Amino acid sequence: MKRSSKIKIRWGFIIFFVPVFLWLLFLLILPHIELLRMSFVGTDFYGKSGFTFENYWSFFKEPIYWRTFARTALYSITVTFLVLVIALPVAFYITKLAGTKIQGFLMILLLVPFWVSELIRVYGWIILLRESGAINYFLTKLHILREPIEMLYNDATMIMGLIYTNMLFMVIPIIGVMESLDDSLIEAAYDLGAKKTAIWAKIIIPYCLPGIMSGSIIVFMLVLGSYLTPKLMGGKNALWFTEQIYNQIITYFNWNQGAAFGFLLLLMSSLIIFVALKITRQKFTKVIK
Amino acid sequence: MIRSLQRSKAYSFSFNIFIFLYFLFLFAPLIVTMILAFNDSMFPSLPWKGFTLDWFFGRGPEKYGIFHDAINLRSIYNSFKVAVAVTILSTVAGTMAAFLFEQEDFKFKNLLYFLMLAPMVIPGVILGISILMFSNTVGLFLEDVFGIYVKLLSPGIPLVVLGQFSFITTIVALIIIARLKKFDRTLEEAAYNLGANRLEVIWFITLKYLRPSIIGGAAIAFLMSFENFNTTLFLVGPDATLPITLYLQVRDGSTPVINAIAFLLIVVSSTIAVINLYSGKKSTY
Repeated sequence: MKRSSKIKIRWGFIIFFVPVFLWLLFLLILPHIELLRMSFVGTDFYGKSGFTFENYWSFFKEPIYWRTFARTALYSITVTFLVLVIALPVAFYITKLAGTKIQGFLMILLLVPFWVSELIRVYGWIILLRESGAINYFLTKLHILREPIEMLYNDATMIMGLIYTNMLFMVIPIIGVMESLDDSLIEAAYDLGAKKTAIWAKIIIPYCLPGIMSGSIIVFMLVLGSYLTPKLMGGKNALWFTEQIYNQIITYFNWNQGAAFGFLLLLMSSLIIFVALKITRQKFTKVIK
Repeated sequence: MIRSLQRSKAYSFSFNIFIFLYFLFLFAPLIVTMILAFNDSMFPSLPWKGFTLDWFFGRGPEKYGIFHDAINLRSIYNSFKVAVAVTILSTVAGTMAAFLFEQEDFKFKNLLYFLMLAPMVIPGVILGISILMFSNTVGLFLEDVFGIYVKLLSPGIPLVVLGQFSFITTIVALIIIARLKKFDRTLEEAAYNLGANRLEVIWFITLKYLRPSIIGGAAIAFLMSFENFNTTLFLVGPDATLPITLYLQVRDGSTPVINAIAFLLIVVSSTIAVINLYSGKKSTY
Protein backbone atom coordinates (compact mmCIF):
# COMPACT_ATOMS: atom_id res chain seq x y z
CA MET A 1 0.00 0.00 0.00
CA LYS A 2 2.65 2.49 1.05
CA ARG A 3 4.87 1.70 -1.90
CA SER A 4 2.20 1.92 -4.58
CA SER A 5 0.80 5.20 -3.29
CA LYS A 6 4.31 6.61 -3.28
CA ILE A 7 4.74 6.03 -7.01
CA LYS A 8 1.38 7.61 -7.71
CA ILE A 9 2.24 10.61 -5.59
CA ARG A 10 5.23 11.29 -7.86
CA TRP A 11 2.82 11.37 -10.79
CA GLY A 12 0.62 13.78 -8.94
CA PHE A 13 3.69 15.79 -8.14
CA ILE A 14 4.59 16.23 -11.81
CA ILE A 15 1.05 17.22 -12.75
CA PHE A 16 0.98 19.86 -10.01
CA PHE A 17 4.56 20.97 -10.39
CA VAL A 18 4.84 21.62 -14.12
CA PRO A 19 2.12 24.28 -14.54
CA VAL A 20 3.18 26.10 -11.38
CA PHE A 21 6.80 26.03 -12.44
CA LEU A 22 6.01 27.25 -15.97
CA TRP A 23 3.89 30.06 -14.55
CA LEU A 24 6.61 31.26 -12.19
CA LEU A 25 9.40 30.83 -14.73
CA PHE A 26 7.83 32.50 -17.74
CA LEU A 27 5.67 35.14 -16.11
CA LEU A 28 7.75 36.05 -13.09
CA ILE A 29 11.43 35.05 -13.10
CA LEU A 30 12.37 35.54 -16.75
CA PRO A 31 10.43 38.82 -17.18
CA HIS A 32 12.17 40.31 -14.16
CA ILE A 33 15.58 39.16 -15.35
CA GLU A 34 14.73 40.79 -18.66
CA LEU A 35 13.69 43.96 -16.83
CA LEU A 36 17.07 44.01 -15.10
CA ARG A 37 18.93 43.37 -18.35
CA MET A 38 17.02 46.09 -20.21
CA SER A 39 17.86 48.58 -17.48
CA PHE A 40 21.58 48.19 -18.29
CA VAL A 41 21.20 48.57 -22.03
CA GLY A 42 21.74 51.92 -23.70
CA THR A 43 22.07 53.21 -27.23
CA ASP A 44 25.06 55.37 -28.00
CA PHE A 45 25.39 58.30 -30.37
CA TYR A 46 25.75 56.04 -33.42
CA GLY A 47 22.71 53.94 -32.63
CA LYS A 48 24.73 51.00 -31.33
CA SER A 49 23.39 49.48 -28.14
CA GLY A 50 25.48 48.08 -25.35
CA PHE A 51 26.01 47.82 -21.63
CA THR A 52 25.72 51.05 -19.66
CA PHE A 53 24.96 52.52 -16.25
CA GLU A 54 23.55 55.62 -17.94
CA ASN A 55 19.91 54.76 -17.10
CA TYR A 56 20.66 54.65 -13.39
CA TRP A 57 23.02 57.59 -13.61
CA SER A 58 20.37 59.84 -15.14
CA PHE A 59 18.07 58.98 -12.25
CA PHE A 60 20.50 60.65 -9.84
CA LYS A 61 21.40 63.46 -12.24
CA GLU A 62 17.85 64.67 -12.78
CA PRO A 63 16.39 66.03 -9.53
CA ILE A 64 12.83 65.50 -10.76
CA TYR A 65 13.39 61.74 -10.94
CA TRP A 66 14.83 61.11 -7.53
CA ARG A 67 12.61 63.72 -5.91
CA THR A 68 9.53 62.00 -7.29
CA PHE A 69 10.99 58.73 -6.09
CA ALA A 70 11.60 59.99 -2.56
CA ARG A 71 8.21 61.70 -2.49
CA THR A 72 6.45 58.50 -3.55
CA ALA A 73 8.24 56.50 -0.86
CA LEU A 74 7.56 59.05 1.86
CA TYR A 75 3.90 59.47 0.96
CA SER A 76 3.41 55.72 0.75
CA ILE A 77 4.76 55.28 4.26
CA THR A 78 2.57 58.15 5.50
CA VAL A 79 -0.54 56.71 3.87
CA THR A 80 0.19 53.25 5.29
CA PHE A 81 0.53 54.72 8.76
CA LEU A 82 -2.68 56.76 8.48
CA VAL A 83 -4.56 53.74 7.17
CA LEU A 84 -3.34 51.77 10.18
CA VAL A 85 -4.47 54.50 12.59
CA ILE A 86 -7.98 54.45 11.11
CA ALA A 87 -8.15 50.68 10.69
CA LEU A 88 -7.33 49.77 14.30
CA PRO A 89 -10.42 51.38 15.92
CA VAL A 90 -12.66 50.19 13.06
CA ALA A 91 -11.46 46.60 13.52
CA PHE A 92 -11.78 47.00 17.28
CA TYR A 93 -15.35 48.23 17.01
CA ILE A 94 -16.42 45.43 14.73
CA THR A 95 -14.76 42.62 16.67
CA LYS A 96 -15.09 43.79 20.28
CA LEU A 97 -17.76 46.47 20.57
CA ALA A 98 -20.52 45.97 18.03
CA GLY A 99 -23.48 43.86 19.09
CA THR A 100 -23.09 40.29 17.90
CA LYS A 101 -26.21 40.64 15.77
CA ILE A 102 -24.97 43.52 13.64
CA GLN A 103 -21.41 42.23 13.47
CA GLY A 104 -21.98 40.16 10.34
CA PHE A 105 -23.93 42.96 8.72
CA LEU A 106 -21.15 45.46 9.41
CA MET A 107 -18.60 43.06 7.93
CA ILE A 108 -20.56 42.83 4.68
CA LEU A 109 -21.06 46.58 4.66
CA LEU A 110 -17.33 46.99 5.10
CA LEU A 111 -16.38 44.62 2.31
CA VAL A 112 -18.85 45.52 -0.42
CA PRO A 113 -17.34 48.89 -1.51
CA PHE A 114 -13.98 47.26 -2.07
CA TRP A 115 -15.33 44.91 -4.67
CA VAL A 116 -16.03 47.98 -6.77
CA SER A 117 -13.10 48.92 -8.97
CA GLU A 118 -10.61 51.55 -7.88
CA LEU A 119 -11.43 53.66 -10.92
CA ILE A 120 -15.12 53.91 -10.02
CA ARG A 121 -14.32 54.79 -6.42
CA VAL A 122 -11.89 57.51 -7.50
CA TYR A 123 -14.49 58.77 -9.95
CA GLY A 124 -16.96 58.98 -7.07
CA TRP A 125 -14.57 61.27 -5.20
CA ILE A 126 -14.02 63.40 -8.29
CA ILE A 127 -17.78 63.90 -8.57
CA LEU A 128 -17.96 64.86 -4.91
CA LEU A 129 -14.94 67.12 -4.69
CA ARG A 130 -14.41 68.94 -7.96
CA GLU A 131 -15.29 72.56 -8.49
CA SER A 132 -18.68 71.66 -9.96
CA GLY A 133 -18.97 68.74 -7.55
CA ALA A 134 -21.68 67.78 -5.11
CA ILE A 135 -19.98 69.10 -1.96
CA ASN A 136 -19.31 72.50 -3.50
CA TYR A 137 -22.90 72.59 -4.75
CA PHE A 138 -24.33 72.09 -1.26
CA LEU A 139 -21.85 74.39 0.44
CA THR A 140 -22.67 77.25 -1.92
CA LYS A 141 -26.41 76.53 -1.69
CA LEU A 142 -26.19 76.74 2.08
CA HIS A 143 -24.15 79.96 1.76
CA ILE A 144 -21.22 78.48 3.63
CA LEU A 145 -19.06 79.17 0.62
CA ARG A 146 -19.54 82.25 -1.51
CA GLU A 147 -18.20 80.53 -4.58
CA PRO A 148 -17.07 76.95 -5.25
CA ILE A 149 -13.45 76.05 -4.54
CA GLU A 150 -11.38 73.38 -6.24
CA MET A 151 -10.86 70.61 -3.71
CA LEU A 152 -9.21 68.19 -6.12
CA TYR A 153 -5.66 68.22 -7.40
CA ASN A 154 -3.76 68.76 -4.18
CA ASP A 155 -1.68 66.48 -1.99
CA ALA A 156 -4.16 66.28 0.89
CA THR A 157 -6.95 65.06 -1.40
CA MET A 158 -4.61 62.61 -3.06
CA ILE A 159 -3.63 61.16 0.32
CA MET A 160 -7.28 60.93 1.30
CA GLY A 161 -7.98 59.09 -1.97
CA LEU A 162 -5.11 56.68 -1.41
CA ILE A 163 -6.35 55.99 2.13
CA TYR A 164 -9.83 55.37 0.80
CA THR A 165 -8.87 53.00 -2.00
CA ASN A 166 -6.57 50.83 0.13
CA MET A 167 -8.29 50.86 3.52
CA LEU A 168 -9.75 47.37 3.31
CA PHE A 169 -6.42 45.61 2.92
CA MET A 170 -5.52 46.81 6.40
CA VAL A 171 -8.90 46.33 8.09
CA ILE A 172 -9.41 42.71 7.03
CA PRO A 173 -6.13 41.18 8.27
CA ILE A 174 -6.44 43.09 11.54
CA ILE A 175 -10.01 41.88 12.07
CA GLY A 176 -8.72 38.38 11.34
CA VAL A 177 -6.31 38.39 14.27
CA MET A 178 -8.32 40.62 16.59
CA GLU A 179 -11.21 38.17 16.46
CA SER A 180 -9.07 35.55 18.16
CA LEU A 181 -7.87 37.92 20.89
CA ASP A 182 -9.34 36.60 24.12
CA ASP A 183 -11.57 39.24 25.77
CA SER A 184 -10.51 38.05 29.21
CA LEU A 185 -7.01 39.43 28.65
CA ILE A 186 -8.49 42.89 28.24
CA GLU A 187 -10.83 42.34 31.18
CA ALA A 188 -7.97 41.22 33.40
CA ALA A 189 -5.88 44.25 32.50
CA TYR A 190 -8.87 46.49 33.12
CA ASP A 191 -9.55 44.94 36.51
CA LEU A 192 -5.95 45.44 37.46
CA GLY A 193 -6.38 49.12 36.73
CA ALA A 194 -4.68 49.44 33.36
CA LYS A 195 -5.49 52.54 31.34
CA LYS A 196 -6.88 52.31 27.82
CA THR A 197 -3.61 53.46 26.30
CA ALA A 198 -1.75 50.76 28.24
CA ILE A 199 -4.22 48.10 27.12
CA TRP A 200 -3.72 49.16 23.51
CA ALA A 201 0.05 49.39 23.75
CA LYS A 202 0.67 46.29 25.84
CA ILE A 203 -2.06 43.88 24.76
CA ILE A 204 -3.98 44.72 21.62
CA ILE A 205 -1.23 45.98 19.33
CA PRO A 206 1.38 43.32 20.18
CA TYR A 207 -1.23 40.62 19.77
CA CYS A 208 -2.38 41.98 16.40
CA LEU A 209 1.13 42.50 15.06
CA PRO A 210 1.01 39.73 12.41
CA GLY A 211 -2.22 41.20 11.01
CA ILE A 212 -0.87 44.73 11.23
CA MET A 213 2.26 43.71 9.35
CA SER A 214 0.49 41.85 6.57
CA GLY A 215 -1.95 44.74 6.18
CA SER A 216 0.85 47.28 6.18
CA ILE A 217 2.88 45.41 3.58
CA ILE A 218 -0.04 45.00 1.20
CA VAL A 219 -1.24 48.59 1.65
CA PHE A 220 2.26 49.99 1.27
CA MET A 221 2.83 47.98 -1.88
CA LEU A 222 -0.51 48.95 -3.40
CA VAL A 223 -0.04 52.65 -2.60
CA LEU A 224 3.50 52.68 -3.93
CA GLY A 225 2.39 51.05 -7.16
CA SER A 226 -0.83 52.93 -7.63
CA TYR A 227 -1.29 54.96 -10.74
CA LEU A 228 -4.94 55.94 -11.01
CA THR A 229 -5.43 57.75 -7.72
CA PRO A 230 -2.36 60.05 -7.86
CA LYS A 231 -2.96 60.70 -11.54
CA LEU A 232 -6.64 61.59 -11.23
CA MET A 233 -6.72 63.22 -7.78
CA GLY A 234 -3.22 64.65 -7.41
CA GLY A 235 -2.18 67.99 -8.84
CA LYS A 236 -0.45 68.56 -12.15
CA ASN A 237 3.00 68.66 -10.54
CA ALA A 238 2.18 65.90 -8.08
CA LEU A 239 4.01 63.22 -10.02
CA TRP A 240 3.95 59.70 -8.63
CA PHE A 241 6.86 57.46 -9.53
CA THR A 242 4.64 55.09 -11.51
CA GLU A 243 3.76 58.06 -13.71
CA GLN A 244 7.46 58.54 -14.44
CA ILE A 245 7.65 54.89 -15.47
CA TYR A 246 4.59 55.28 -17.66
CA ASN A 247 6.03 58.42 -19.27
CA GLN A 248 9.32 56.73 -20.09
CA ILE A 249 7.74 53.63 -21.56
CA ILE A 250 4.64 54.89 -23.30
CA THR A 251 5.29 58.59 -23.96
CA TYR A 252 9.05 58.71 -24.69
CA PHE A 253 9.32 55.06 -25.71
CA ASN A 254 12.54 54.87 -23.70
CA TRP A 255 12.20 51.32 -22.42
CA ASN A 256 15.68 51.13 -20.96
CA GLN A 257 15.09 54.17 -18.79
CA GLY A 258 11.68 52.81 -17.83
CA ALA A 259 13.22 49.46 -16.94
CA ALA A 260 15.75 51.16 -14.67
CA PHE A 261 12.96 53.10 -12.95
CA GLY A 262 10.89 49.96 -12.59
CA PHE A 263 13.79 48.12 -11.07
CA LEU A 264 14.51 50.95 -8.65
CA LEU A 265 10.88 50.96 -7.53
CA LEU A 266 10.99 47.21 -7.03
CA LEU A 267 14.24 47.48 -5.11
CA MET A 268 12.89 50.17 -2.82
CA SER A 269 9.64 48.35 -2.05
CA SER A 270 11.48 45.11 -1.30
CA LEU A 271 13.95 46.95 0.90
CA ILE A 272 11.31 48.77 2.93
CA ILE A 273 9.26 45.60 3.39
CA PHE A 274 12.41 43.70 4.41
CA VAL A 275 13.36 46.32 7.00
CA ALA A 276 9.81 46.47 8.38
CA LEU A 277 9.74 42.68 8.77
CA LYS A 278 13.14 42.66 10.48
CA ILE A 279 12.15 45.41 12.93
CA THR A 280 8.93 43.67 13.95
CA ARG A 281 10.53 40.19 13.81
CA GLN A 282 7.91 38.78 11.47
CA LYS A 283 8.43 36.28 8.66
CA PHE A 284 7.38 37.04 5.09
CA THR A 285 5.79 33.64 4.43
CA LYS A 286 3.88 33.87 7.73
CA VAL A 287 2.68 37.39 7.13
CA ILE A 288 1.41 36.96 3.56
CA LYS A 289 -1.39 34.44 3.58
CA MET B 1 -14.02 49.27 27.07
CA ILE B 2 -15.23 46.08 25.39
CA ARG B 3 -18.67 44.53 25.26
CA SER B 4 -18.37 42.84 28.63
CA LEU B 5 -16.98 45.90 30.41
CA GLN B 6 -18.68 49.03 31.58
CA ARG B 7 -18.23 51.89 29.14
CA SER B 8 -18.73 55.56 29.74
CA LYS B 9 -21.51 57.22 27.73
CA ALA B 10 -19.07 59.61 26.12
CA TYR B 11 -16.84 56.73 25.04
CA SER B 12 -19.64 54.76 23.39
CA PHE B 13 -21.09 57.87 21.84
CA SER B 14 -17.86 59.10 20.29
CA PHE B 15 -17.02 55.61 19.07
CA ASN B 16 -20.41 55.30 17.41
CA ILE B 17 -19.97 58.67 15.73
CA PHE B 18 -16.56 57.58 14.48
CA ILE B 19 -17.96 54.39 12.95
CA PHE B 20 -20.85 56.28 11.41
CA LEU B 21 -18.45 58.74 9.80
CA TYR B 22 -16.28 55.90 8.61
CA PHE B 23 -19.15 54.21 6.81
CA LEU B 24 -20.30 57.54 5.43
CA PHE B 25 -16.78 58.01 4.07
CA LEU B 26 -16.95 54.54 2.53
CA PHE B 27 -20.28 54.92 0.83
CA ALA B 28 -20.73 58.60 0.01
CA PRO B 29 -18.78 58.59 -3.29
CA LEU B 30 -20.50 55.42 -4.48
CA ILE B 31 -24.00 56.59 -3.64
CA VAL B 32 -23.55 59.99 -5.25
CA THR B 33 -22.14 58.35 -8.39
CA MET B 34 -25.12 56.04 -8.59
CA ILE B 35 -27.68 58.79 -8.05
CA LEU B 36 -26.19 61.01 -10.76
CA ALA B 37 -26.61 58.20 -13.30
CA PHE B 38 -30.29 59.20 -13.31
CA ASN B 39 -29.81 62.94 -13.59
CA ASP B 40 -31.28 64.48 -16.73
CA SER B 41 -28.20 66.63 -17.37
CA MET B 42 -25.36 66.55 -19.87
CA PHE B 43 -22.76 66.66 -17.06
CA PRO B 44 -22.24 64.27 -14.16
CA SER B 45 -22.85 66.96 -11.55
CA LEU B 46 -25.59 68.72 -9.64
CA PRO B 47 -28.03 70.53 -9.87
CA TRP B 48 -30.67 67.86 -10.20
CA LYS B 49 -32.52 68.37 -13.44
CA GLY B 50 -35.04 65.57 -13.16
CA PHE B 51 -35.09 61.80 -13.41
CA THR B 52 -34.13 60.05 -16.63
CA LEU B 53 -33.11 56.62 -17.86
CA ASP B 54 -31.45 58.11 -20.93
CA TRP B 55 -27.95 57.32 -19.68
CA PHE B 56 -28.89 53.67 -19.83
CA PHE B 57 -31.25 53.45 -22.80
CA GLY B 58 -30.86 56.75 -24.66
CA ARG B 59 -30.54 56.30 -28.41
CA GLY B 60 -29.05 59.69 -29.17
CA PRO B 61 -28.59 62.00 -30.93
CA GLU B 62 -28.04 64.03 -27.77
CA LYS B 63 -27.77 61.36 -25.14
CA TYR B 64 -26.23 57.99 -25.86
CA GLY B 65 -27.05 55.56 -23.08
CA ILE B 66 -24.68 52.75 -22.21
CA PHE B 67 -26.72 50.17 -24.11
CA HIS B 68 -26.24 52.17 -27.32
CA ASP B 69 -22.67 53.27 -26.72
CA ALA B 70 -20.58 51.20 -29.14
CA ILE B 71 -17.14 52.04 -27.71
CA ASN B 72 -18.04 51.25 -24.12
CA LEU B 73 -19.99 48.13 -25.05
CA ARG B 74 -17.01 46.92 -27.06
CA SER B 75 -14.67 47.44 -24.11
CA ILE B 76 -17.07 45.67 -21.74
CA TYR B 77 -17.04 42.74 -24.15
CA ASN B 78 -13.21 42.78 -24.21
CA SER B 79 -13.02 42.91 -20.42
CA PHE B 80 -15.47 40.05 -20.21
CA LYS B 81 -13.41 37.90 -22.58
CA VAL B 82 -10.23 38.62 -20.63
CA ALA B 83 -11.91 37.97 -17.28
CA VAL B 84 -13.35 34.62 -18.37
CA ALA B 85 -9.97 33.45 -19.67
CA VAL B 86 -8.11 34.66 -16.58
CA THR B 87 -10.67 33.10 -14.25
CA ILE B 88 -10.42 29.67 -15.86
CA LEU B 89 -6.63 29.68 -16.11
CA SER B 90 -5.89 31.08 -12.68
CA THR B 91 -8.45 28.88 -10.92
CA VAL B 92 -6.95 25.75 -12.46
CA ALA B 93 -3.35 26.82 -11.84
CA GLY B 94 -4.16 28.17 -8.38
CA THR B 95 -5.75 24.85 -7.38
CA MET B 96 -2.70 22.98 -8.65
CA ALA B 97 -0.40 25.31 -6.74
CA ALA B 98 -2.43 24.72 -3.57
CA PHE B 99 -2.06 20.93 -3.94
CA LEU B 100 1.63 21.30 -4.76
CA PHE B 101 2.46 23.35 -1.69
CA GLU B 102 0.13 21.64 0.77
CA GLN B 103 0.35 17.99 -0.21
CA GLU B 104 3.70 17.47 -1.91
CA ASP B 105 7.24 17.60 -0.63
CA PHE B 106 10.19 18.43 -2.80
CA LYS B 107 13.54 20.17 -2.89
CA PHE B 108 13.43 23.96 -2.99
CA LYS B 109 9.78 23.96 -1.93
CA ASN B 110 10.30 26.98 0.29
CA LEU B 111 12.06 28.87 -2.46
CA LEU B 112 9.26 28.15 -4.90
CA TYR B 113 6.64 29.12 -2.33
CA PHE B 114 8.47 32.38 -1.73
CA LEU B 115 8.47 33.02 -5.47
CA MET B 116 4.77 32.29 -5.66
CA LEU B 117 4.12 34.92 -2.98
CA ALA B 118 6.28 37.49 -4.75
CA PRO B 119 3.47 38.90 -6.97
CA MET B 120 1.77 40.08 -3.76
CA VAL B 121 4.60 42.56 -3.19
CA ILE B 122 5.48 43.43 -6.78
CA PRO B 123 3.63 46.55 -7.94
CA GLY B 124 1.25 45.75 -10.81
CA VAL B 125 2.91 48.35 -13.00
CA ILE B 126 6.24 46.51 -12.71
CA LEU B 127 4.64 43.17 -13.55
CA GLY B 128 3.13 44.84 -16.61
CA ILE B 129 6.35 46.34 -17.93
CA SER B 130 8.51 43.29 -17.22
CA ILE B 131 6.10 40.99 -19.05
CA LEU B 132 5.86 43.52 -21.88
CA MET B 133 9.64 43.65 -22.25
CA PHE B 134 10.12 39.91 -21.97
CA SER B 135 7.47 39.07 -24.56
CA ASN B 136 8.86 41.74 -26.86
CA THR B 137 12.36 40.26 -26.60
CA VAL B 138 11.07 36.74 -27.21
CA GLY B 139 9.06 38.01 -30.18
CA LEU B 140 12.08 39.75 -31.69
CA PHE B 141 14.20 36.68 -31.11
CA LEU B 142 11.72 34.41 -32.87
CA GLU B 143 11.50 36.83 -35.75
CA ASP B 144 15.27 37.16 -36.11
CA VAL B 145 16.14 33.51 -35.78
CA PHE B 146 13.19 31.68 -37.28
CA GLY B 147 11.62 34.47 -39.28
CA ILE B 148 8.22 33.95 -37.72
CA TYR B 149 6.04 36.69 -36.35
CA VAL B 150 4.08 35.61 -33.30
CA LYS B 151 1.14 37.94 -32.89
CA LEU B 152 0.43 36.62 -29.40
CA LEU B 153 3.59 38.26 -28.14
CA SER B 154 2.72 41.83 -29.09
CA PRO B 155 0.41 43.85 -26.86
CA GLY B 156 -3.17 42.66 -27.05
CA ILE B 157 -5.76 40.54 -25.35
CA PRO B 158 -3.62 37.37 -24.96
CA LEU B 159 -0.82 39.32 -23.31
CA VAL B 160 -3.31 41.06 -21.00
CA VAL B 161 -4.60 37.62 -19.98
CA LEU B 162 -1.07 36.40 -19.22
CA GLY B 163 -0.20 39.55 -17.31
CA GLN B 164 -3.28 39.35 -15.08
CA PHE B 165 -2.90 35.59 -14.69
CA SER B 166 0.62 36.08 -13.32
CA PHE B 167 -0.58 37.66 -10.07
CA ILE B 168 -4.26 36.63 -9.79
CA THR B 169 -3.16 32.97 -9.63
CA THR B 170 -1.26 33.75 -6.43
CA ILE B 171 -4.40 35.17 -4.83
CA VAL B 172 -6.53 32.19 -5.88
CA ALA B 173 -3.85 29.79 -4.63
CA LEU B 174 -3.71 31.52 -1.23
CA ILE B 175 -7.50 31.32 -0.85
CA ILE B 176 -7.52 27.60 -1.66
CA ILE B 177 -4.43 26.88 0.48
CA ALA B 178 -6.18 28.48 3.47
CA ARG B 179 -8.98 25.90 3.20
CA LEU B 180 -6.75 22.98 2.29
CA LYS B 181 -4.79 23.60 5.51
CA LYS B 182 -7.92 22.72 7.49
CA PHE B 183 -8.53 19.54 5.54
CA ASP B 184 -8.45 16.34 7.54
CA ARG B 185 -6.12 14.06 5.60
CA THR B 186 -7.40 10.93 7.29
CA LEU B 187 -10.36 11.26 4.91
CA GLU B 188 -7.97 10.69 2.01
CA GLU B 189 -6.32 7.77 3.76
CA ALA B 190 -9.70 6.19 4.34
CA ALA B 191 -10.45 6.45 0.63
CA TYR B 192 -7.06 4.92 -0.26
CA ASN B 193 -7.75 2.04 2.10
CA LEU B 194 -11.06 1.50 0.36
CA GLY B 195 -9.16 1.11 -2.91
CA ALA B 196 -9.38 4.53 -4.52
CA ASN B 197 -6.45 5.83 -6.54
CA ARG B 198 -4.94 9.30 -6.24
CA LEU B 199 -7.03 10.77 -9.04
CA GLU B 200 -10.26 9.43 -7.57
CA VAL B 201 -9.34 10.69 -4.12
CA ILE B 202 -8.63 14.18 -5.44
CA TRP B 203 -11.76 14.24 -7.55
CA PHE B 204 -14.25 12.77 -5.10
CA ILE B 205 -12.84 13.82 -1.75
CA THR B 206 -10.40 16.72 -1.77
CA LEU B 207 -11.90 18.81 -4.58
CA LYS B 208 -15.40 18.31 -3.11
CA TYR B 209 -14.12 19.66 0.16
CA LEU B 210 -12.37 22.56 -1.57
CA ARG B 211 -15.33 23.55 -3.72
CA PRO B 212 -16.44 26.63 -1.75
CA SER B 213 -12.95 28.08 -1.78
CA ILE B 214 -12.50 27.30 -5.47
CA ILE B 215 -15.75 29.07 -6.31
CA GLY B 216 -14.83 31.97 -4.04
CA GLY B 217 -11.38 32.19 -5.60
CA ALA B 218 -12.86 32.14 -9.09
CA ALA B 219 -15.29 34.95 -8.21
CA ILE B 220 -12.46 37.08 -6.87
CA ALA B 221 -10.31 36.25 -9.91
CA PHE B 222 -13.11 37.35 -12.23
CA LEU B 223 -13.64 40.68 -10.49
CA MET B 224 -9.95 41.42 -10.12
CA SER B 225 -9.39 40.72 -13.78
CA PHE B 226 -12.43 42.73 -14.89
CA GLU B 227 -11.27 45.72 -12.89
CA ASN B 228 -7.52 45.51 -13.35
CA PHE B 229 -5.87 48.66 -14.57
CA ASN B 230 -2.20 48.85 -13.56
CA THR B 231 -0.91 45.69 -15.23
CA THR B 232 -3.29 45.93 -18.17
CA LEU B 233 -2.23 49.48 -18.99
CA PHE B 234 1.10 48.34 -20.43
CA LEU B 235 -0.06 45.17 -22.15
CA VAL B 236 -3.22 46.36 -23.83
CA GLY B 237 -3.26 46.63 -27.62
CA PRO B 238 -5.90 48.17 -29.83
CA ASP B 239 -8.72 46.30 -28.05
CA ALA B 240 -9.04 48.33 -24.86
CA THR B 241 -10.63 46.81 -21.78
CA LEU B 242 -13.31 48.65 -19.79
CA PRO B 243 -11.04 50.16 -17.09
CA ILE B 244 -8.81 51.62 -19.81
CA THR B 245 -11.62 53.27 -21.78
CA LEU B 246 -13.29 54.41 -18.54
CA TYR B 247 -10.02 55.94 -17.39
CA LEU B 248 -9.73 58.01 -20.56
CA GLN B 249 -13.33 59.19 -20.15
CA VAL B 250 -12.87 60.08 -16.50
CA ARG B 251 -9.63 61.92 -17.26
CA ASP B 252 -11.00 63.91 -20.18
CA GLY B 253 -14.50 64.41 -18.80
CA SER B 254 -17.62 62.80 -20.19
CA THR B 255 -21.39 62.64 -19.96
CA PRO B 256 -23.13 60.81 -17.09
CA VAL B 257 -22.88 57.64 -19.17
CA ILE B 258 -19.87 56.77 -16.95
CA ASN B 259 -22.21 57.02 -13.98
CA ALA B 260 -24.53 54.56 -15.66
CA ILE B 261 -21.63 52.14 -16.21
CA ALA B 262 -20.51 52.72 -12.62
CA PHE B 263 -24.07 52.04 -11.42
CA LEU B 264 -24.14 48.70 -13.23
CA LEU B 265 -20.65 47.76 -12.03
CA ILE B 266 -21.45 48.64 -8.42
CA VAL B 267 -24.71 46.68 -8.49
CA VAL B 268 -23.16 43.61 -10.14
CA SER B 269 -19.99 43.52 -8.05
CA SER B 270 -21.79 44.08 -4.75
CA THR B 271 -24.24 41.32 -5.64
CA ILE B 272 -21.34 38.96 -6.33
CA ALA B 273 -19.68 40.15 -3.11
CA VAL B 274 -22.76 39.52 -0.98
CA ILE B 275 -23.38 36.08 -2.51
CA ASN B 276 -19.73 35.17 -2.06
CA LEU B 277 -19.59 36.37 1.55
CA TYR B 278 -22.88 34.74 2.45
CA SER B 279 -22.00 31.35 0.95
CA GLY B 280 -18.50 31.65 2.45
CA LYS B 281 -20.07 32.08 5.90
CA LYS B 282 -22.28 29.05 5.52
CA SER B 283 -19.44 26.73 4.56
CA THR B 284 -16.67 27.79 6.89
CA TYR B 285 -16.91 24.25 8.36
